[in-house]
Amino acid sequence: MSDTTSTGLSPARLVLTVIAWLWVLVPFLYGVWQLLIKVVPLFSG
Amino acid sequence: MATAGFLERERIVAPPGWSRWLIPPAALSIHLAIGEAYAWSVFKIPLGNTLLKGNEYAGTLTALPFTLGIVMLGVSAALFGTAVDHRGPRWAMLVATCCFSAGFLISALGVAIGQYWMVILGYGFVGGIGLGIGYISPVSTLIKWFPDRPGMATGIAIMGFGGGALIASPWSTSMLTAFGATGPNAQASGIAKTFLVHGIVYAAFMSMGWLLIRVPAPGWHPAGWDSTTAHKRPLESKGNVSARNAIKTPQFWFLWVVLCFNVTAGIGILERAAPLYQDFFRGSSPAQAVATAAAGFVAILSLANMLGRIIWSSTSDVIGRKNAYRMYLGVGALLYLVLDLVENASKAVFLICAMLILSFYGAGFATVPAYLRDLFGTYEVGAIHGRLLTAWSLAGVLGPLIVNFIADRQKAAGLSGPALYGLSFRIMIGLLVIGFICNELIKPVDAKFHEPSEDLASARRAE
Repeated sequence: MSDTTSTGLSPARLVLTVIAWLWVLVPFLYGVWQLLIKVVPLFSG
Repeated sequence: MATAGFLERERIVAPPGWSRWLIPPAALSIHLAIGEAYAWSVFKIPLGNTLLKGNEYAGTLTALPFTLGIVMLGVSAALFGTAVDHRGPRWAMLVATCCFSAGFLISALGVAIGQYWMVILGYGFVGGIGLGIGYISPVSTLIKWFPDRPGMATGIAIMGFGGGALIASPWSTSMLTAFGATGPNAQASGIAKTFLVHGIVYAAFMSMGWLLIRVPAPGWHPAGWDSTTAHKRPLESKGNVSARNAIKTPQFWFLWVVLCFNVTAGIGILERAAPLYQDFFRGSSPAQAVATAAAGFVAILSLANMLGRIIWSSTSDVIGRKNAYRMYLGVGALLYLVLDLVENASKAVFLICAMLILSFYGAGFATVPAYLRDLFGTYEVGAIHGRLLTAWSLAGVLGPLIVNFIADRQKAAGLSGPALYGLSFRIMIGLLVIGFICNELIKPVDAKFHEPSEDLASARRAE
Protein backbone atom coordinates (compact mmCIF):
# COMPACT_ATOMS: atom_id res chain seq x y z
CA MET A 1 0.00 0.00 0.00
CA SER A 2 1.47 3.31 -0.94
CA ASP A 3 0.94 6.87 0.20
CA THR A 4 -2.24 8.34 -1.21
CA THR A 5 -1.46 11.84 -0.06
CA SER A 6 0.32 12.58 -3.32
CA THR A 7 -3.09 12.64 -4.97
CA GLY A 8 -4.15 15.50 -2.66
CA LEU A 9 -5.68 15.95 0.79
CA SER A 10 -9.40 16.24 1.39
CA PRO A 11 -10.43 19.74 2.60
CA ALA A 12 -11.14 18.38 6.11
CA ARG A 13 -7.71 16.77 6.35
CA LEU A 14 -6.08 19.92 5.01
CA VAL A 15 -7.77 22.01 7.73
CA LEU A 16 -6.72 19.44 10.34
CA THR A 17 -3.12 19.59 9.12
CA VAL A 18 -3.05 23.40 9.24
CA ILE A 19 -4.55 23.47 12.76
CA ALA A 20 -2.15 20.79 13.99
CA TRP A 21 0.90 22.70 12.75
CA LEU A 22 -0.39 26.03 14.10
CA TRP A 23 -0.98 24.34 17.48
CA VAL A 24 2.75 23.69 17.83
CA LEU A 25 4.24 26.48 15.71
CA VAL A 26 2.58 29.42 17.45
CA PRO A 27 4.06 28.69 20.92
CA PHE A 28 7.34 27.65 19.31
CA LEU A 29 7.68 30.94 17.42
CA TYR A 30 6.82 32.83 20.63
CA GLY A 31 9.77 31.03 22.27
CA VAL A 32 12.11 31.78 19.37
CA TRP A 33 11.06 35.46 19.41
CA GLN A 34 11.75 35.74 23.14
CA LEU A 35 15.14 34.11 22.58
CA LEU A 36 16.08 36.51 19.78
CA ILE A 37 15.31 39.45 22.05
CA LYS A 38 17.89 38.09 24.51
CA VAL A 39 20.50 37.49 21.81
CA VAL A 40 20.62 41.11 20.60
CA PRO A 41 22.82 42.45 23.48
CA LEU A 42 25.47 39.87 22.62
CA PHE A 43 26.22 41.74 19.41
CA SER A 44 25.55 45.29 20.57
CA GLY A 45 28.41 45.53 23.07
CA MET B 1 -13.02 -2.67 27.46
CA ALA B 2 -13.71 0.64 25.73
CA THR B 3 -10.76 2.50 27.31
CA ALA B 4 -8.29 -0.24 26.48
CA GLY B 5 -9.59 -0.33 22.92
CA PHE B 6 -9.12 3.39 22.52
CA LEU B 7 -5.44 3.07 23.42
CA GLU B 8 -4.74 -0.04 21.36
CA ARG B 9 -2.52 0.09 18.33
CA GLU B 10 -5.31 -1.30 16.10
CA ARG B 11 -7.45 1.76 16.86
CA ILE B 12 -4.83 4.15 15.53
CA VAL B 13 -3.94 2.50 12.23
CA ALA B 14 -4.11 5.35 9.74
CA PRO B 15 -7.03 5.25 7.30
CA PRO B 16 -6.28 5.64 3.58
CA GLY B 17 -5.36 9.21 2.72
CA TRP B 18 -4.03 10.08 6.18
CA SER B 19 -1.19 12.56 5.74
CA ARG B 20 2.09 11.59 7.35
CA TRP B 21 2.67 15.33 7.90
CA LEU B 22 0.17 15.12 10.76
CA ILE B 23 2.62 12.96 12.72
CA PRO B 24 5.40 15.55 13.35
CA PRO B 25 3.00 18.04 15.04
CA ALA B 26 1.61 15.19 17.17
CA ALA B 27 5.18 14.37 18.24
CA LEU B 28 6.03 18.05 18.72
CA SER B 29 3.07 18.60 21.05
CA ILE B 30 4.68 16.06 23.40
CA HIS B 31 8.30 17.15 23.01
CA LEU B 32 7.63 20.91 23.18
CA ALA B 33 5.81 20.28 26.47
CA ILE B 34 8.30 17.97 28.19
CA GLY B 35 11.18 20.18 27.03
CA GLU B 36 9.92 22.53 29.77
CA ALA B 37 12.20 20.58 32.10
CA TYR B 38 15.20 22.65 30.96
CA ALA B 39 13.45 25.81 32.16
CA TRP B 40 13.20 24.55 35.75
CA SER B 41 15.78 27.11 36.89
CA VAL B 42 13.15 29.90 36.74
CA PHE B 43 11.46 28.32 39.78
CA LYS B 44 14.63 28.10 41.87
CA ILE B 45 14.81 31.70 43.15
CA PRO B 46 11.06 32.02 43.90
CA LEU B 47 11.13 28.71 45.82
CA GLY B 48 14.28 29.79 47.70
CA ASN B 49 12.67 33.12 48.63
CA THR B 50 9.36 31.67 49.85
CA LEU B 51 8.89 28.02 50.74
CA LEU B 52 12.58 27.42 51.53
CA LYS B 53 13.36 30.87 52.93
CA GLY B 54 16.14 30.65 55.53
CA ASN B 55 16.98 27.04 54.64
CA GLU B 56 20.77 26.80 54.32
CA TYR B 57 20.41 23.98 51.76
CA ALA B 58 17.95 25.90 49.57
CA GLY B 59 20.34 25.89 46.58
CA THR B 60 20.68 22.10 46.61
CA LEU B 61 17.04 21.47 47.47
CA THR B 62 15.74 23.63 44.63
CA ALA B 63 17.97 21.74 42.18
CA LEU B 64 16.64 18.33 43.31
CA PRO B 65 13.35 18.23 41.33
CA PHE B 66 15.25 18.86 38.06
CA THR B 67 18.07 16.43 38.84
CA LEU B 68 15.64 13.67 39.84
CA GLY B 69 13.55 14.43 36.75
CA ILE B 70 16.52 13.91 34.41
CA VAL B 71 17.56 10.72 36.22
CA MET B 72 13.97 9.44 35.96
CA LEU B 73 13.97 10.35 32.26
CA GLY B 74 16.83 7.91 31.61
CA VAL B 75 15.52 5.25 33.99
CA SER B 76 11.92 5.28 32.73
CA ALA B 77 12.99 5.40 29.07
CA ALA B 78 15.10 2.29 29.68
CA LEU B 79 12.46 0.50 31.81
CA PHE B 80 9.35 1.30 29.77
CA GLY B 81 10.89 1.33 26.28
CA THR B 82 9.66 -2.17 25.44
CA ALA B 83 6.14 -1.37 26.72
CA VAL B 84 6.12 1.79 24.58
CA ASP B 85 7.03 -0.23 21.47
CA HIS B 86 4.49 -2.97 22.14
CA ARG B 87 1.53 -0.91 23.38
CA GLY B 88 1.90 1.80 20.78
CA PRO B 89 2.38 5.57 20.71
CA ARG B 90 -1.12 6.60 21.87
CA TRP B 91 -0.78 4.67 25.12
CA ALA B 92 2.72 6.08 25.64
CA MET B 93 1.72 9.67 24.89
CA LEU B 94 -1.32 9.46 27.18
CA VAL B 95 0.79 8.04 30.03
CA ALA B 96 3.38 10.77 29.44
CA THR B 97 0.65 13.43 29.49
CA CYS B 98 -0.84 12.09 32.73
CA CYS B 99 2.53 11.79 34.50
CA PHE B 100 3.92 15.14 33.34
CA SER B 101 0.75 17.06 34.22
CA ALA B 102 0.24 15.16 37.48
CA GLY B 103 3.80 16.14 38.41
CA PHE B 104 2.82 19.82 38.24
CA LEU B 105 -0.46 19.28 40.07
CA ILE B 106 1.23 17.36 42.93
CA SER B 107 3.85 20.13 43.11
CA ALA B 108 1.10 22.79 43.23
CA LEU B 109 -0.54 21.02 46.14
CA GLY B 110 2.83 20.58 47.87
CA VAL B 111 3.64 24.31 47.64
CA ALA B 112 0.10 25.28 48.70
CA ILE B 113 0.32 23.21 51.92
CA GLY B 114 4.01 23.94 52.54
CA GLN B 115 5.32 20.41 51.85
CA TYR B 116 8.41 20.76 49.66
CA TRP B 117 8.96 16.97 49.47
CA MET B 118 5.81 16.84 47.31
CA VAL B 119 7.51 19.09 44.75
CA ILE B 120 10.44 16.69 44.56
CA LEU B 121 8.10 13.70 44.33
CA GLY B 122 5.71 15.38 41.88
CA TYR B 123 7.96 17.28 39.48
CA GLY B 124 11.02 15.03 39.87
CA PHE B 125 9.68 11.50 40.21
CA VAL B 126 6.20 11.44 38.65
CA GLY B 127 6.97 14.18 36.10
CA GLY B 128 10.32 12.51 35.33
CA ILE B 129 8.54 9.29 34.34
CA GLY B 130 6.47 11.43 31.96
CA LEU B 131 9.69 12.88 30.52
CA GLY B 132 11.18 9.44 29.78
CA ILE B 133 8.07 7.87 28.26
CA GLY B 134 7.20 11.08 26.39
CA TYR B 135 10.70 11.42 24.96
CA ILE B 136 10.71 8.00 23.28
CA SER B 137 6.95 7.80 22.56
CA PRO B 138 6.90 9.20 18.99
CA VAL B 139 10.33 8.00 17.81
CA SER B 140 9.57 4.59 16.29
CA THR B 141 6.28 5.89 14.81
CA LEU B 142 8.08 8.76 13.08
CA ILE B 143 10.70 6.37 11.70
CA LYS B 144 7.96 4.12 10.28
CA TRP B 145 6.14 7.07 8.65
CA PHE B 146 9.35 8.52 7.21
CA PRO B 147 11.46 5.51 6.14
CA ASP B 148 12.91 7.73 3.40
CA ARG B 149 13.91 10.55 5.83
CA PRO B 150 14.18 9.14 9.37
CA GLY B 151 16.85 11.64 10.43
CA MET B 152 14.70 14.60 9.48
CA ALA B 153 11.58 13.15 11.14
CA THR B 154 13.21 12.40 14.49
CA GLY B 155 15.16 15.67 14.20
CA ILE B 156 11.88 17.63 14.14
CA ALA B 157 10.58 15.92 17.29
CA ILE B 158 13.82 16.10 19.23
CA MET B 159 14.27 19.73 18.19
CA GLY B 160 10.98 20.22 20.03
CA PHE B 161 12.56 18.99 23.23
CA GLY B 162 15.23 21.68 22.80
CA GLY B 163 12.56 24.27 21.99
CA GLY B 164 10.36 23.47 25.00
CA ALA B 165 12.49 25.54 27.35
CA LEU B 166 12.38 28.52 24.99
CA ILE B 167 8.61 28.62 25.41
CA ALA B 168 8.48 27.73 29.08
CA SER B 169 11.19 30.05 30.34
CA PRO B 170 9.55 33.42 29.43
CA TRP B 171 6.02 32.02 29.95
CA SER B 172 6.74 30.67 33.45
CA THR B 173 8.66 33.82 34.42
CA SER B 174 5.80 36.11 33.43
CA MET B 175 3.28 33.90 35.25
CA LEU B 176 5.37 33.84 38.45
CA THR B 177 5.47 37.65 38.34
CA ALA B 178 1.73 37.94 37.65
CA PHE B 179 0.83 35.62 40.57
CA GLY B 180 3.10 37.47 43.01
CA ALA B 181 5.78 34.79 43.40
CA THR B 182 8.65 37.22 42.75
CA GLY B 183 9.85 40.50 44.23
CA PRO B 184 10.24 41.63 47.86
CA ASN B 185 6.78 40.38 48.93
CA ALA B 186 6.95 37.06 47.11
CA GLN B 187 4.24 34.56 48.10
CA ALA B 188 4.46 30.77 47.84
CA SER B 189 0.83 30.72 46.73
CA GLY B 190 1.96 32.39 43.51
CA ILE B 191 4.22 29.41 42.76
CA ALA B 192 1.38 27.00 43.55
CA LYS B 193 -0.91 28.83 41.11
CA THR B 194 1.83 28.80 38.46
CA PHE B 195 2.31 25.03 38.86
CA LEU B 196 -1.46 24.52 38.70
CA VAL B 197 -1.78 26.46 35.44
CA HIS B 198 1.21 24.57 33.99
CA GLY B 199 -0.41 21.22 34.83
CA ILE B 200 -3.70 22.14 33.17
CA VAL B 201 -2.25 23.88 30.09
CA TYR B 202 0.31 21.15 29.39
CA ALA B 203 -2.37 18.45 29.74
CA ALA B 204 -4.47 20.24 27.09
CA PHE B 205 -1.48 20.97 24.84
CA MET B 206 -0.16 17.38 24.95
CA SER B 207 -3.61 15.91 24.27
CA MET B 208 -3.27 16.88 20.63
CA GLY B 209 -0.42 14.35 20.47
CA TRP B 210 -2.27 11.25 21.65
CA LEU B 211 -5.47 12.24 19.81
CA LEU B 212 -3.73 12.80 16.49
CA ILE B 213 -1.06 10.10 16.47
CA ARG B 214 -1.54 7.28 13.95
CA VAL B 215 0.58 4.32 12.95
CA PRO B 216 0.93 3.43 9.27
CA ALA B 217 -1.10 0.49 7.97
CA PRO B 218 0.90 -2.73 7.44
CA GLY B 219 2.74 -2.56 4.14
CA TRP B 220 2.33 1.21 3.81
CA HIS B 221 5.17 3.16 2.25
CA PRO B 222 5.55 6.71 0.93
CA ALA B 223 4.64 7.30 -2.69
CA GLY B 224 7.55 6.54 -4.98
CA TRP B 225 9.55 4.79 -2.25
CA ASP B 226 10.05 1.04 -2.11
CA SER B 227 11.99 -0.64 0.68
CA THR B 228 13.20 -3.37 -1.66
CA THR B 229 14.68 -0.94 -4.17
CA ALA B 230 15.63 1.90 -1.82
CA HIS B 231 19.33 2.62 -1.58
CA LYS B 232 20.74 0.73 1.40
CA ARG B 233 23.59 2.28 3.36
CA PRO B 234 26.56 0.09 4.29
CA LEU B 235 25.50 -0.08 7.96
CA GLU B 236 21.82 -0.57 7.30
CA SER B 237 20.44 -3.78 8.78
CA LYS B 238 18.69 -6.31 6.58
CA GLY B 239 16.96 -7.76 9.65
CA ASN B 240 15.40 -6.64 12.91
CA VAL B 241 17.02 -6.94 16.32
CA SER B 242 15.11 -7.09 19.62
CA ALA B 243 16.02 -4.76 22.48
CA ARG B 244 17.17 -7.77 24.52
CA ASN B 245 19.59 -8.82 21.77
CA ALA B 246 20.66 -5.28 20.88
CA ILE B 247 22.38 -4.76 24.23
CA LYS B 248 24.44 -7.91 23.56
CA THR B 249 25.97 -6.37 20.44
CA PRO B 250 29.19 -4.32 20.44
CA GLN B 251 27.46 -1.82 18.12
CA PHE B 252 25.06 -0.81 20.90
CA TRP B 253 27.87 -0.15 23.37
CA PHE B 254 30.05 1.69 20.85
CA LEU B 255 27.08 3.93 20.12
CA TRP B 256 26.45 4.30 23.87
CA VAL B 257 30.00 5.67 24.27
CA VAL B 258 29.59 7.90 21.20
CA LEU B 259 26.40 9.44 22.62
CA CYS B 260 27.80 9.72 26.15
CA PHE B 261 30.98 11.56 25.14
CA ASN B 262 29.29 13.73 22.51
CA VAL B 263 26.77 14.86 25.16
CA THR B 264 29.50 15.29 27.78
CA ALA B 265 31.44 17.60 25.46
CA GLY B 266 28.41 19.80 24.78
CA ILE B 267 26.80 19.85 28.19
CA GLY B 268 30.05 20.99 29.81
CA ILE B 269 29.80 24.30 27.91
CA LEU B 270 26.02 24.53 28.08
CA GLU B 271 25.77 24.11 31.85
CA ARG B 272 28.40 26.80 32.54
CA ALA B 273 27.70 29.05 29.56
CA ALA B 274 27.09 32.36 31.37
CA PRO B 275 30.11 32.24 33.75
CA LEU B 276 32.28 30.84 30.94
CA TYR B 277 31.48 33.84 28.71
CA GLN B 278 32.13 36.27 31.57
CA ASP B 279 35.45 34.58 32.40
CA PHE B 280 36.55 34.84 28.76
CA PHE B 281 35.48 38.46 28.16
CA ARG B 282 35.63 40.12 31.58
CA GLY B 283 37.16 43.55 31.16
CA SER B 284 36.29 43.85 27.47
CA SER B 285 33.22 45.99 28.38
CA PRO B 286 31.59 47.35 31.56
CA ALA B 287 30.63 44.51 33.94
CA GLN B 288 26.89 45.02 33.44
CA ALA B 289 27.26 44.87 29.64
CA VAL B 290 29.30 41.64 29.90
CA ALA B 291 26.62 40.11 32.18
CA THR B 292 23.85 41.04 29.71
CA ALA B 293 25.89 39.70 26.80
CA ALA B 294 26.45 36.47 28.78
CA ALA B 295 22.66 36.00 28.97
CA GLY B 296 22.61 36.49 25.20
CA PHE B 297 25.36 33.87 24.89
CA VAL B 298 23.20 31.35 26.80
CA ALA B 299 20.30 32.14 24.46
CA ILE B 300 22.35 31.80 21.29
CA LEU B 301 23.69 28.44 22.46
CA SER B 302 20.09 27.27 22.97
CA LEU B 303 19.32 28.37 19.42
CA ALA B 304 22.39 26.51 18.06
CA ASN B 305 21.46 23.41 20.07
CA MET B 306 17.93 23.48 18.64
CA LEU B 307 18.90 24.20 15.02
CA GLY B 308 21.61 21.52 15.11
CA ARG B 309 18.96 18.95 15.92
CA ILE B 310 16.99 19.52 12.73
CA ILE B 311 19.75 20.67 10.32
CA TRP B 312 22.44 18.06 11.00
CA SER B 313 19.97 15.23 11.62
CA SER B 314 18.34 15.93 8.23
CA THR B 315 21.80 16.11 6.66
CA SER B 316 22.50 12.61 8.01
CA ASP B 317 19.77 11.29 5.69
CA VAL B 318 21.98 12.40 2.80
CA ILE B 319 25.54 11.78 4.04
CA GLY B 320 24.80 8.73 6.24
CA ARG B 321 24.78 8.33 9.99
CA LYS B 322 28.41 7.28 10.38
CA ASN B 323 29.66 10.29 8.43
CA ALA B 324 27.40 12.57 10.46
CA TYR B 325 28.95 11.39 13.73
CA ARG B 326 32.42 11.68 12.19
CA MET B 327 31.58 15.36 11.75
CA TYR B 328 30.04 15.84 15.22
CA LEU B 329 32.97 14.18 16.98
CA GLY B 330 35.92 15.00 14.67
CA VAL B 331 35.05 18.59 13.85
CA GLY B 332 33.88 19.03 17.46
CA ALA B 333 37.34 18.04 18.72
CA LEU B 334 38.97 20.49 16.28
CA LEU B 335 36.64 23.28 17.44
CA TYR B 336 37.61 22.67 21.05
CA LEU B 337 41.26 22.86 19.96
CA VAL B 338 40.60 26.22 18.28
CA LEU B 339 38.91 27.50 21.46
CA ASP B 340 41.91 26.39 23.48
CA LEU B 341 44.42 28.05 21.13
CA VAL B 342 42.55 31.27 20.28
CA GLU B 343 41.20 31.85 23.82
CA ASN B 344 39.62 35.35 23.97
CA ALA B 345 41.61 36.89 21.09
CA SER B 346 38.57 36.84 18.80
CA LYS B 347 34.97 37.02 20.01
CA ALA B 348 33.71 36.01 16.57
CA VAL B 349 35.81 32.82 16.53
CA PHE B 350 34.74 32.05 20.10
CA LEU B 351 31.04 32.41 19.22
CA ILE B 352 31.27 30.40 16.00
CA CYS B 353 33.14 27.55 17.72
CA ALA B 354 30.77 27.44 20.71
CA MET B 355 27.68 27.53 18.49
CA LEU B 356 28.96 24.73 16.25
CA ILE B 357 29.89 22.59 19.27
CA LEU B 358 26.38 23.06 20.68
CA SER B 359 24.80 22.33 17.30
CA PHE B 360 26.71 19.01 17.25
CA TYR B 361 25.58 18.32 20.82
CA GLY B 362 21.92 18.68 19.82
CA ALA B 363 22.51 16.77 16.58
CA GLY B 364 23.95 13.84 18.53
CA PHE B 365 20.60 13.40 20.29
CA ALA B 366 18.52 13.88 17.16
CA THR B 367 20.47 11.57 14.83
CA VAL B 368 20.80 8.62 17.19
CA PRO B 369 17.29 7.15 16.66
CA ALA B 370 17.94 6.96 12.90
CA TYR B 371 21.36 5.42 13.56
CA LEU B 372 19.65 2.79 15.74
CA ARG B 373 17.10 2.17 12.99
CA ASP B 374 19.91 1.62 10.50
CA LEU B 375 21.68 -0.84 12.81
CA PHE B 376 18.82 -2.69 14.49
CA GLY B 377 15.76 -2.19 12.25
CA THR B 378 12.40 -0.78 13.34
CA TYR B 379 11.09 -3.75 15.40
CA GLU B 380 11.99 -2.44 18.89
CA VAL B 381 13.85 0.74 18.02
CA GLY B 382 11.97 2.70 20.70
CA ALA B 383 13.01 0.27 23.42
CA ILE B 384 16.63 0.25 22.21
CA HIS B 385 16.59 4.05 22.14
CA GLY B 386 15.31 4.05 25.72
CA ARG B 387 18.19 1.87 26.87
CA LEU B 388 20.71 4.05 25.03
CA LEU B 389 19.49 7.16 26.84
CA THR B 390 21.18 5.94 30.03
CA ALA B 391 24.31 7.37 28.36
CA TRP B 392 22.67 10.80 28.71
CA SER B 393 22.20 10.31 32.46
CA LEU B 394 25.92 9.67 32.93
CA ALA B 395 26.94 12.51 30.60
CA GLY B 396 24.63 14.88 32.46
CA VAL B 397 26.73 14.33 35.55
CA LEU B 398 30.13 13.96 33.85
CA GLY B 399 30.15 17.11 31.67
CA PRO B 400 29.33 19.72 34.33
CA LEU B 401 31.51 17.87 36.86
CA ILE B 402 34.61 18.08 34.65
CA VAL B 403 34.20 21.74 33.70
CA ASN B 404 33.12 23.02 37.13
CA PHE B 405 35.62 21.00 39.14
CA ILE B 406 38.57 22.03 36.98
CA ALA B 407 37.50 25.69 36.86
CA ASP B 408 37.21 25.75 40.67
CA ARG B 409 40.64 24.12 41.08
CA GLN B 410 42.29 26.52 38.61
CA LYS B 411 40.68 29.49 40.35
CA ALA B 412 41.97 28.25 43.70
CA ALA B 413 45.42 28.02 42.11
CA GLY B 414 45.21 31.73 41.25
CA LEU B 415 44.37 31.45 37.57
CA SER B 416 41.66 33.47 35.85
CA GLY B 417 40.04 34.08 32.44
CA PRO B 418 40.35 31.47 29.69
CA ALA B 419 43.07 29.67 31.66
CA LEU B 420 40.33 28.28 33.89
CA TYR B 421 39.04 26.16 30.98
CA GLY B 422 42.12 25.05 28.99
CA LEU B 423 42.44 21.68 30.74
CA SER B 424 38.68 21.01 30.47
CA PHE B 425 38.81 21.70 26.74
CA ARG B 426 41.71 19.26 26.31
CA ILE B 427 39.78 16.59 28.24
CA MET B 428 36.77 17.19 25.97
CA ILE B 429 39.04 16.75 22.92
CA GLY B 430 40.20 13.41 24.37
CA LEU B 431 36.61 12.25 24.98
CA LEU B 432 35.55 13.28 21.47
CA VAL B 433 38.51 11.39 19.96
CA ILE B 434 37.51 8.26 21.93
CA GLY B 435 33.95 8.73 20.65
CA PHE B 436 35.30 9.14 17.10
CA ILE B 437 37.21 5.84 17.38
CA CYS B 438 34.10 4.05 18.75
CA ASN B 439 32.10 5.38 15.81
CA GLU B 440 34.75 4.02 13.42
CA LEU B 441 34.43 0.59 15.08
CA ILE B 442 30.69 0.36 14.37
CA LYS B 443 30.06 -2.32 11.73
CA PRO B 444 26.80 -3.93 10.53
CA VAL B 445 25.13 -6.10 13.17
CA ASP B 446 25.83 -9.82 12.87
CA ALA B 447 22.88 -11.76 11.41
CA LYS B 448 22.87 -14.10 14.44
CA PHE B 449 21.23 -11.25 16.42
CA HIS B 450 18.40 -10.81 13.90
CA GLU B 451 14.87 -11.87 14.84
CA PRO B 452 13.61 -14.87 12.86
CA SER B 453 11.15 -13.45 10.35
CA GLU B 454 8.35 -15.91 11.39
CA ASP B 455 8.65 -14.83 15.06
CA LEU B 456 8.49 -11.20 14.04
CA ALA B 457 5.41 -11.76 11.91
CA SER B 458 3.59 -13.58 14.71
CA ALA B 459 4.61 -10.92 17.24
CA ARG B 460 3.18 -8.23 14.99
CA ARG B 461 -0.04 -10.20 14.52
CA ALA B 462 -0.37 -10.48 18.29
CA GLU B 463 0.08 -6.72 18.79
